[in-house]
Amino acid sequence: MYPEYMAESLRKVAQTRARRLELARKPEPVYPPMDAGLRRAVLEGFHPDFKPDARRPVRVGPNRGETLTTEVAHLLESHSWLRAEHVDLAKPDFETDLLIIGGGGAGCNAALVAMREHGVRSLIATKLRMGDANSMMSEGGMQAAVSRSDSPTHHYLDAIGGGHFENKPELVRALTEDAPKVVQWLEDLGVCWDKEDDGSLHVLHGGGTSRKRMLSCRDHIGAIIMRTLMDEVRNHPDMIEIEGFMPAVELIMDREGRCAGAVLYSLDSGEFFVVKAKATLIATGGFGRLHIRGFDTTNHYGATGDGLVMAYRAGARLMYMDSVQYHPTGAAFPEQIAGFLITEKVRGAGGQPLNKDGELFVFPREPRDIEASAIIRECVQNGGGIETPSGRVGVWLDAPIIDLLHGEGYTAHHFASIHRQFQRYGIDITQLPMLIYPSLHYQNGGIEINERCETNIPGLYVAGEASGGLHGRNRLMGNSVLDYNVFGQRAGRFAGEYVKNVKLAKLTLSHLASFEQELIDAGVQSDLVTPILLPSYAPEDVKKRRLAGGSGGLPGSSVLKNRIYAEASEIAPE
Amino acid sequence: MGNARVVGVPAKSRLNAVPATVTDRKVTVYIMGKAHEVPAEATIMGAIEYAGHQIIRGAGCREGYCGACATIYRLPGDYKIRTGLACTTLVVDGMTLAQFPSIPAEKPVYDIEQLQPNVSAIQQTFPSVFRCVACNTCTRSCPQDIQVMDYVQAAKRGDIAAVKDLSFYCVSCGLCMLRCPAEITQPLVAMLAKRLYGRHLRKESAELTERVQAVESGAYDARYAELMSMSKEALSERYFARDIE
Repeated sequence: MYPEYMAESLRKVAQTRARRLELARKPEPVYPPMDAGLRRAVLEGFHPDFKPDARRPVRVGPNRGETLTTEVAHLLESHSWLRAEHVDLAKPDFETDLLIIGGGGAGCNAALVAMREHGVRSLIATKLRMGDANSMMSEGGMQAAVSRSDSPTHHYLDAIGGGHFENKPELVRALTEDAPKVVQWLEDLGVCWDKEDDGSLHVLHGGGTSRKRMLSCRDHIGAIIMRTLMDEVRNHPDMIEIEGFMPAVELIMDREGRCAGAVLYSLDSGEFFVVKAKATLIATGGFGRLHIRGFDTTNHYGATGDGLVMAYRAGARLMYMDSVQYHPTGAAFPEQIAGFLITEKVRGAGGQPLNKDGELFVFPREPRDIEASAIIRECVQNGGGIETPSGRVGVWLDAPIIDLLHGEGYTAHHFASIHRQFQRYGIDITQLPMLIYPSLHYQNGGIEINERCETNIPGLYVAGEASGGLHGRNRLMGNSVLDYNVFGQRAGRFAGEYVKNVKLAKLTLSHLASFEQELIDAGVQSDLVTPILLPSYAPEDVKKRRLAGGSGGLPGSSVLKNRIYAEASEIAPE
Repeated sequence: MGNARVVGVPAKSRLNAVPATVTDRKVTVYIMGKAHEVPAEATIMGAIEYAGHQIIRGAGCREGYCGACATIYRLPGDYKIRTGLACTTLVVDGMTLAQFPSIPAEKPVYDIEQLQPNVSAIQQTFPSVFRCVACNTCTRSCPQDIQVMDYVQAAKRGDIAAVKDLSFYCVSCGLCMLRCPAEITQPLVAMLAKRLYGRHLRKESAELTERVQAVESGAYDARYAELMSMSKEALSERYFARDIE
């Protein structure tokens, strides 16, 4: 239930609903969309990336001198878990054609395609269980230009405009052109798309789309696709080996500069294992659990940017790691679900963001960075936000209008998960709006790839959220589910081809010592050991007591919650 | 069946009574055998972490989608074993709880192309389904309020579409199969049914087939070439002038 003091604001929302419903029924936008100038102004004024301390130059590695998100720069300027001299590379514990780091959507697609198209065996090493990934959590949809009024090139223009024209064109073409085929591939694996009576796909708008092309599986698209992929992977135990609770902590190279596998760490036994692989795919996802700028996140427990760190130490270039996506609509109330994702599909179906007076203040389907910035502006500058009992602030997202637009029962059917989530706290979203605020959602940039998922390191492939270039500095809704499918498959295809002709030279971890030397030369002082693997949510007093014994639990994990954010000021360069 | 919802979803009625705000109030919960003082409004997952545990098995998406955090608990003065997801169930004073980091179940290997979308697929892959004694324990243990027993019955009839619809929001936490006296592995049956439906029972989309063919025949090559050769300024102009459906 909402606290009593919000009643007046809720009454205003109800009062303006009839008028807003009329607006929504007209063909024109319910609020004027921003032009290029207005977009720039709201971004520069209110997007968290534009805060003065949000970015700083990184002092080591392939992107040295480039300005990156401050927490990312800290993450990269850190030490390895490993001492190369303690690792016996001559006797690998596992040997495989294709090592896939990460058991999410991209990894599963790659394993299946490498097997089907090339007969290539793979080993999927994943930090937690298979499918413990952001892929499992996407709610609203996947973009694909399948309707007759739409086309792949419409999709291309929408994606590249959403990314402020900085996306790598060949990646956007691959994304948008492969999309219809991906819909078919998933359907043939058994994904149940939402459909119209004639079999055509049910499509909605998303933020920044000029045509309706958001496909869905009610509000469980990630869970449906991810579980389907995982089920199929498990149907081929002879071709695809799975190592769970075995995150990778470093890449292994060969003497000729190729990527040749990785060192895995067992979360159960604390052992390190050497995997020798002809090709390696980083499919480790994003970095939401770094809690950049102290934001809550919509992300999975394991989203700690591991792939970035490993690849960077091995010499891979990053792209657009100065840009962070905040999902416009994370839950702001109740406290127990703060930061949880409220799918953009709510706005795709007609839901409207409103201020405390129940008034519209932004077109509901701007691209995400614009929409999020407008919500922050409404709260911070215009005083249009509503404060929660725990001191958060948010604006309303009017969901009851959805059933008025589409008929009673639409919300309960298409948004059953969110409906249930709020009902647990006595809030019926068919009757009351949700209180929302932007939540840390997506790593826009990543390890730079080309349309074959290749990096600047031979034998190292990247797919999905860990990669950079596709989305420019802002991804549109529904393009990440598509991303991990399109590029997961491409990675399997091109890495599968590559492994047929590669002969590895002697294995080495010499890049670790070189990177360590670079840290010294650059005068970097950091006690951070990465990859982080898991955040810690233990209270501060628990963490302090742990320090008496050195560290507890995972190496480097004892003070991890917001660690990078909290310590930013202490270890930032002058 | 009569009291199924009362027992099966204890959380809902209880949670409605809990103010969704945060106070300094603490309660005592017994986490895997040890008493801890935790915030009164915490979720079970929050309480476990507040107690200082670094969860490795037993946390995943943390938002109710992945099923990693299956938990059983009892409330004081109540003999019933209750079930929930740690990420979405709130603590109660005196609660005793344990997480199930993994629930054993053997996934049969099958070829979805070869299976028929009828009872034969169930007979081949999950013969244990036919051991169901209709006790409804599965439904009562489901944290997603799914009518699990109903879809097991539908599976026995070979009604694949009904299994798909009824089990749509299954998160595979495994609590139903943990409690099932017939030892059925319900979430795996649900997964198979969804795949059978999507693969064999769907209605085909004519426009999807056309679009895939158009892409393969190079129908968009020229327009891609044009867009990809445009300057940022020209693209920007085209973008802001585009018509919106």
